[in-house]
Order: sequence, then C-alpha cells, then structure tokens
Amino acid sequence: MSRIKDLQKNLFGGTTSNARQFGMIFTLVAIVLIFQIWTNGLTLRSDNLIALFQQNSYILILAIGMLMVIVAGHIDLSVGSVAAFTGILVAKSMTEWNLPWPAAIVFGLAIGAVIGAWQGFWVAYIGVPAFIVTLAGMLLFRGGNQFIGNAQSIPVPEGFREIGSGFLPEFGPNTGYNNATLLLGLAAAVAVVWREIRARNTRRAMDADPAPMWISILRMAVMVGVIAFAALRFASGRVGTSFPISGIILVALVIAYSFYTRNTAGGRHIYAVGGNSRAAELSGVKLKRVNFFVMMNMSVLAALAGMIFVARSQASGPQDGNGWELDAIAAVFIGGAAVAGGIGTISGSIVGGLVMAVLNNGLQLQGVGTDKVQIIKGLVLLLAVAIDVYNKSQGRFSIIGSLMRPFRRDDSAPPASPPDAEREPAKAAVSG
Amino acid sequence: MNDVPTLLEMRSITKEFPGVKALSDVNLKVRAGEIHAICGENGAGKSTLMKVLSGVYPYGSYDGQIIYQGSESRFSDIRASENAGIVIIHQELALIPGMSIAENIFLGNEPRKHGAIDWKAANRMALDLMARVGLQEDPDTLIKDIGVGKQQLVEIAKAFAKDVKLLILDEPTAALNEADSKHLLDLLRGFRSRGITSIMISHKLNEIEAIADQITILRDGRTVETLDVKADGVDEDRIVRGMVGRELSSRFPDHTPKIGEVFFEVRDWNVRHPISADRQVCKNESFVVRRGEIVGFAGLMGAGRTELAMSVFGRSYGVYESGTIIKDGKEIVLKSVADAIDNGLAYVSEDRKALGLNLLDDIKTSTVAAKLSKISHHGVLNEVEEYQAAEAYRKELRTKAPTVDEGVSKLSGGNQQKVVLAKWMFSDPDLLILDEPTRGIDVGAKYEIYGIIQRLADQGKGVIVISSELPELIGLCDRIYTVFEGAITGEIARADADPETLMKQMTSTKKLASR
Repeated sequence: MSRIKDLQKNLFGGTTSNARQFGMIFTLVAIVLIFQIWTNGLTLRSDNLIALFQQNSYILILAIGMLMVIVAGHIDLSVGSVAAFTGILVAKSMTEWNLPWPAAIVFGLAIGAVIGAWQGFWVAYIGVPAFIVTLAGMLLFRGGNQFIGNAQSIPVPEGFREIGSGFLPEFGPNTGYNNATLLLGLAAAVAVVWREIRARNTRRAMDADPAPMWISILRMAVMVGVIAFAALRFASGRVGTSFPISGIILVALVIAYSFYTRNTAGGRHIYAVGGNSRAAELSGVKLKRVNFFVMMNMSVLAALAGMIFVARSQASGPQDGNGWELDAIAAVFIGGAAVAGGIGTISGSIVGGLVMAVLNNGLQLQGVGTDKVQIIKGLVLLLAVAIDVYNKSQGRFSIIGSLMRPFRRDDSAPPASPPDAEREPAKAAVSG
Repeated sequence: MNDVPTLLEMRSITKEFPGVKALSDVNLKVRAGEIHAICGENGAGKSTLMKVLSGVYPYGSYDGQIIYQGSESRFSDIRASENAGIVIIHQELALIPGMSIAENIFLGNEPRKHGAIDWKAANRMALDLMARVGLQEDPDTLIKDIGVGKQQLVEIAKAFAKDVKLLILDEPTAALNEADSKHLLDLLRGFRSRGITSIMISHKLNEIEAIADQITILRDGRTVETLDVKADGVDEDRIVRGMVGRELSSRFPDHTPKIGEVFFEVRDWNVRHPISADRQVCKNESFVVRRGEIVGFAGLMGAGRTELAMSVFGRSYGVYESGTIIKDGKEIVLKSVADAIDNGLAYVSEDRKALGLNLLDDIKTSTVAAKLSKISHHGVLNEVEEYQAAEAYRKELRTKAPTVDEGVSKLSGGNQQKVVLAKWMFSDPDLLILDEPTRGIDVGAKYEIYGIIQRLADQGKGVIVISSELPELIGLCDRIYTVFEGAITGEIARADADPETLMKQMTSTKKLASR
C-alpha cells in the first residue's frame, strides 16, 4: 500500500479509519480555508471564532440529542419550541419569581425533562410516531411561550447571562493570553495523545496491527497542532474574552455523549433499536424505555440550548428557537446519519453542524444576505446527502454514510461490497 | 436428448466484486422445456449467477456471454430480461401486502384503456392466470390475507402475465409447508409439459431429485458439473458429494445423548392472539425438558410452535393468559425478554434477518448483543473483551469471515446463523430454543450446526428444536412433541419416531397416548 493511501486510511480515525471520514473532515477544513482566504483572514480571527462558537453552541447541543433521536429511528420537530418555552419560563422565574439564577437553570432542565417525558410517553408507550408527537409539540410549546410571555420579551439578569455570553476567567501571570484557555488546550492535547496510545494498545490486545507508528505520530501532531492553534486563537482575543462558557458546556456534552453512545450498553441499545427494533427487543432491549429516554433526553438538551440562547441574547422572546429543529436535523444528516435509523455518530453530527456554521458565518462575513445564505444551505444539505446516496448506489464507498463507523468501531471491511449486501440494511428500516 | 434445442447458454461467466470473485468461469446450459436445478452451498454463487442472467448486474459488469434463444443477449436491467421472457421469482416475495391479487399481478404492467387502468379486463385476465397456476381465490383478495403458499402462486401468475419463457425460482419451497410444496412442484411439472423452461435453485435435494431433468452444481463460484438426472442415475448423495466436494457419510454427526433430570417445565400454557383476542394460539400446552436433552417440536406451518416458543420467551408474542414455568424446581415468571435472558433462556428466531440480527452490525457487536453486561464494567463496555468473546466464538463455530469486524449483512445464511447462535451461546443459557435453526442453510453448514446443537446439549443445557423438516427432527432430537392448532397432540421418543407417525399426530387434534 502506498504511503498516501496509508495516510488516507489512518490519519483521522482514532484506531483505524478509512477515507470516507477523511472526506468529511477534509470538507470542513476546505470550507474553513476557502473562507479564510475569501474573507482575507477574517474567518479564523479570534473574535470571529469566538462568535462562531457562541452563535452555534446551542444548535450543536441540539444536534447531539437529535443524533440519538434519529439513530433510534425517530425525529424531533419540537426542539425550537421547547427551547423557547423553557426560555420564557426560566426568564420569568428569575425576573418575577426572583429565583436565583443557578436554581433557574435547574428549573429549566426540569421543565425540559417534564416536556420530554410527555413526548416520550406518547412515542414510546402509546406508539404515536415521533413526527406527529413533536409536530404537535412544536405548536403546543410555541403557543405556550407566547401565552406565558404575552408575546413579549422578558429580560434575564446578569449572572444568568454567563452561560450564553460568559468566558473563561482571567487568572495567573500575565502571559498576554488567557491562561485558562491555554490550560484547557493543554489538557486537550494531553487527552489526544493519551487516547492515541490507548487506541494502539487496544488494537494490540485485539491481535490487530495498530496503524504504522509514523501515522500515529503524524495524526497526533496534526491534532495537537489544531488544538494549539485554536487555543492560541481563543486565548488571544480581546481582553475579557476567551473560550466561551457555552463552548465549554458543548465540549463537555460532546465528550460525555460520545462516550455514552459508544461505550455503554445504553448507547448501544439506541443503535440496536434503530437498526432493527424487533431484533433488539428479542435480545432483551427494553424498546419502550430506550424510545422514552431518547425523546426525553432531546427535550432536556433543547431546554439547555434554549437557556443558553436566552442568556446570550439577554432576553427571552416569542420568536426564539424558530427553525432550530431544521438546523439540528440538517447537521445530523450532513454528519452521516441514516434516515432509517441505526447509523450516525455524535462527532459526525458535530462536524456536520460545523460545516453549516462555518458556511453561514463565512457568507455573512462576505455580506451575503440571509435569503441567499438559506438557499446555499439548502443546496449543501441536499448535495451532501445526494452524493452519499449516489456513491452508495454505485457500490462505491460513501463519504458520509459510514462516517460514524470509524468513530464507533474499526472498519476493516473492503470499501465496497456487493450491492445485495448493501441493500439489505435498507430493508431493516424502522420508523416511528 | 441431444436433439433438444438449447434455450439458454451462459458461457464462462465471471463476476467480481471488490475483493471477492463471486463467479469465475461459470458455464450453464439449459435445454428448452426442461427443469434445470442449480445446486450449491450458500455462497457458491447461485444467486449471483441468476442476477447476472436477469440483468440485475447489467451487461458490462461481468465477463462472459449469455446466449439466449440462439443469439447473444446483453441485458441492461431487469426490465430488459423480462421483455425477453426471463422472469425471476426471488426467495423473498416481492408482493405488496396491502394490494389485491389482481393489482399485484399487473403491477407495473397494468392493462389500460384510454390511459386509465381497465380493472374489468385486469380481473378477467387475473382469473385466467390464477387458473393456470391453480390458485382459487377472489382476485380482489388482499395479499396479506392469503398464506405464503398462495402468495408464491401469485408471484408465478405475475410471471405469466409477462409472457414468461424462462422461469427462475430461487428457493421456491423454502417457506412452504409440505402440501404447498407438493402443489408447487406439480405445477412446475405441468409447465414442463407445456414447454415452459424452469430454472430452480433449491436446498431441498429430495425435491430436486424428484423434479429436475438436469442439475448444475456450483461450488465456490465455479461450475463443478452438470448432471443428467435420469441418464446419470443421480440421487441425493451424489448431489451432496458434488456440492461439498466430499462424501458426507451421515447427515447428522454421531451423538450419544447424556440426558439428566427434568429441569424445565411449562404447565397449562394458554396464550391469546395479540390482535384477535378470541383466538387462542396456545391451548393448555404442557411440556418438559431434561438437561442434556434435545427436544423437537413438530408441526405444520401455523400450528403455533413459534407462538408457543416466543410466548414462553418473556411473553414476546401474544397475550399471556395462564400457565406456569418451572425451572430447577422453582416457578419463574418471565414478563419480558430481559427476564427470560436473566433466567437462562435463549430464543433463536426462525427469521434471522428480521428478528435475529441487526444487519447494520458487525459480527462483534452482534455476538455480544444479548448480554452486554458480560463485557461491561460499571456500565462501560470493554472493547477488548468484546473482541475476544466474538473471536472465540468465530473460531469455535468456524464462522467464515475475515475478521469479527465484518458486517453481518455480508455473510452467507449459514454464517449468519452461526453468529446468531454465538450471540445466544454468549448469553450462557440453560435452555436454548432454536426455531428452524437450519432454514435456508446449505448441507455443509447444517451438519456443523447439528454438531453445535449436540455439543450444547452435552454441556448439560436443554435444547428445543422447532423444525418443519421431519428428517431433521428425527435425526437430531431425543424426544419430539407434535403440535397441531395450538395444542400439543403427542410426545414421541426417538426410537418410535418416523415421518408417518409424526405426520399423523401433526394433523390430528386427537391426543394420542404418549409414551
């Protein structure tokens, strides 16, 4: 095998990988670079990067929950409304009922849990398709927001705004950078190296050859390089700004949920239900419980996203969260999830969400109007999934379709398989 | 016989998939008006060959020539081959359950008048076609309301609607009971006498021996030989030898059972149908299983064997009414599949693809799916232990796959079944219920699976085998229960079991004296 191929196969994959995932991350990098050049360096400037994260953290948080919902074979259209409903109640709880802001956050999460239990009940225990339940929820909770807020905006107090617009604190010696952000970057770099070493050991324990050493080193170098670059950028912003709190919440959730979906029985049950619900049931998976959980979890994350948004915009309004569900769903599908369920990863969805975010941001920097931005976003979504579907039907490897596999597990199978093997999973499609 | 014209000749067909050579230099010569059987183990290339013939793999995607009716054919898709009169009927029927028989027969081929579908003509023609295949039903009957046997006939009627010259049947009797199978085979004989050529792929060697004129045997993507049934005096053993490349001295491994105490007992089991509450699917059924014993359940399709097994397995079918389960002297209540697994039960479904496996999974993930707790510590899965467990079973069961990272959808039926068996062996059951464990599996793999079942019994586990193949039950089981219309009608010891006795009790409600 040529070195180039070796590189393609192994560069971005945890343990082993293949070219498909390479393709998706490559797309993201390419888009970033194109805009970086097009905007004369504006895209990767500290203030823009910080704004990018602040503006998109809530969508990416939604994408985490949406990925699990979609993998389980459902959909959630209500997230924007749930976020708005939670936002207005939380805002009201602080301004009118004088709840201290930490208690208000807990209150908000509890609202999300109750709404989620409501929707999960209909989906899991009554068997109403999630599409219908959440379409109803979309109307219900949008109306609820406007009913409670009298279609007015309610401002939120200072302390609460931190979760949406706060930054890591300044402390320690004056290095010219934000020290907390630097430390965070350092921790991330250490984690990347540790993970690579662990992955190599795991491969060895499985009697499989780990990727060649030079590839491991190159991969670590690239990752550490990206982290160092990002850390320096975030740390060198305007004084008082640094890595945003909402970004930290996002990163923590991504790590926690990636771990959950990949490394726990509960996570695996979600994939089992989406892949073949009857087979999962006959393997002892508690179908109703899994469906209930993914729907409930989604609403809790929607509540969190709603609060972060309200905190950032300093007030809760009647139009908050409009269209979020579509952004979250788009991120998940661009990130390689299957419409029929059973396939997808958290990390893929985050990459998908970032592709949309960078596109959005870059076009806005160039002064492209929201009308045209929407058109472009729509086409990107269609194109990304269409290329994937087309490649699959041609028996060639799909760029995003199995983006998840390298993240989830090793995939040493040949890139293409006989079409009849490809067609079978489609039959196992599960919905509602 | 040499003066009979050749209808179809496939010359040195080679078909490659990335990394796999599915067919290499395969030759097939089919005479006009004969029934030509194609035999081979799963993965031998039978289906691929038929897909090449029917244009699923279009001209250009394979090497070699197809000479059909005297000239070379280059089919670009299924439609092209159908226009030439080649119709393939797949194992998984391609009918739409919510549509009527007539609608299905003319789907994509609707008789039209002034642009609208002429239903009067359609129904008239449907009746005519149905008569030709011996199907007596109202053409307005919905597909979901008729049995699999009749659905098969609808498929064939559909082929006739397209003016078929060469009918290809892939495992036509796999899902049929004996009566329906017999009807279908008679039908094929009738077609032969009317000059229609058929190609039949089947694992049921007795049927092939009974009906085929010529047999082409494939092995590992190559043509082994073509036999003339009459001239060569072909019998089942001869076919098996060609398929596996060696003599199978016996279809069942030698086994001396070590039967212990009764450890599992079901008493007075009553279950109602999940939708129509007045239908009783299990009527007062009672049975016992001893340690180290292989117990068979014989019955016709729809007798309620699967329903019994699934309702015992954590009430995964129907509505539980009454009855007790006693294991190791204690009554256990299994309200969910998880309860059943925790109490040492395992159920291997008759439908591997729909109920046994998640086809998106790889071997590794499938193997551990029923007992994730065994490879988790504090709720966290251990990838290395998962790999080691799967690898151990792959070696033990001799599953043919490069690694346990291989997706299960890429495996042949026999190997998929081994993965399902591994999955349930991994759950450490005391009682394994195997529902049609060898359905759609070739001879070689069957032999191996029988061996696995016997080993499991020898470890002191109880094994229940549900099967529609009587020779399989008689060859494998130490004791056989017969089931008819949701009731157990007999219990027969191995020594007394023969097909006639079983068949008699499988078709009679009168409970015979059990031995």
